[in-house]
Amino acid sequence: MRDRGAIYCGLALFLALMTFPAWHNLSAHVTAKGPDVKLPAREKQCVAPLEFMRTSHMKLLIDWRETVVRAGRRDYTAPGGKHYNMNLTLTCLEQCHGAKADFCDRCHTYAAVSSPCWNCHLDAKPLPGQVGQALASVNPRSAQ
Amino acid sequence: MKISRHAFLRLSGMAFLAGAARKAIGAIGGTRWGMAVDVAKCQKQENCVKCIAACNQAHNVPSIPDRAHEVRWVWRDSFEHAFPEQVDQYSPLRAAPAMLLCNHCENPPCVRVCPTQATWKRQDGIVDMDWHRCIGCRYCMAACPYGSRSFNWMDPRPYIHNPNPEFPTRTKGVVEKCTFCSERLGTGRAPACVEACSEKALVFGNLADPHSPIRELLATRNHMRRKPELGTGPDVFYLT
Repeated sequence: MRDRGAIYCGLALFLALMTFPAWHNLSAHVTAKGPDVKLPAREKQCVAPLEFMRTSHMKLLIDWRETVVRAGRRDYTAPGGKHYNMNLTLTCLEQCHGAKADFCDRCHTYAAVSSPCWNCHLDAKPLPGQVGQALASVNPRSAQ
Repeated sequence: MKISRHAFLRLSGMAFLAGAARKAIGAIGGTRWGMAVDVAKCQKQENCVKCIAACNQAHNVPSIPDRAHEVRWVWRDSFEHAFPEQVDQYSPLRAAPAMLLCNHCENPPCVRVCPTQATWKRQDGIVDMDWHRCIGCRYCMAACPYGSRSFNWMDPRPYIHNPNPEFPTRTKGVVEKCTFCSERLGTGRAPACVEACSEKALVFGNLADPHSPIRELLATRNHMRRKPELGTGPDVFYLT
């Protein structure tokens, strides 16, 4: 048993490597808890049942997109009979969910799913520095 | 279900007739949006940019100083550039730069070349855009003889100083242009430029209705369109 030291060292190294993900997660404060989504304060009912929205909100948004852009209709009647203006920024965010960072981003970051919606659609809260500025200035070259 | 040859031919004929009738009814009783620019009124205020400012504000059009990256929906340009085929050196239109925008052509070349149908001609005559579908190939820009389309060479957001939450911005790699405020027409409002013009130089209306104000103007006033010889059928008229 002259190799005892090497064997124990090897075993320790093996255990350390095997349990590395657990140590790493513990040090990074990663928990098994899901994303902490901030729910709307005022509205209790979404445009569709919760289970449907959890699994198929992207399908509903694509339906809205096609109806608004291609068919030119903005009115949406929810299963409960309530009418909504099909608008991502004004209805989904401003009426209910607030800033996207408190709702959309929390799940999307957790699931590592990017949402290119926000490349064009505006967040409910304008970015700091963009508030209170004068009317959109006119490019001097547009008005020769 | 079994269908005889005779019944098939009869059904096909009826379907064809029904389709043709629907198109004919749509053409008679439909809507075809157009605009008339009263040039004398438009030129009353020197260097007026109210319509351009209103459009830029309503649609989050970026104000990019670099001309190579410029994005424009409504703009002004010289008579020579706007009406190159007009050689009349005494034309009153020469006095000041003309107010220009997408002509919403009857036969739009941009629509014909778009490979994804991101731009299309609506039933009411508007040449609309679906920025979700635009792949940024810029065929439409090459096809448009009026320079009405702009490409986003970079992210336009830093150049939008006071974003309007009611309208999305565009993103890098997308073409954009005037949509005749289709989003406002849907709620019964006139286009932003028409509303903003204090001289009432811009008249917007239904060209398919012979009693509409725009048709009455076109019936009584001399008018011209940009590059009519190309056969695109512009729906923006300049009253002289």
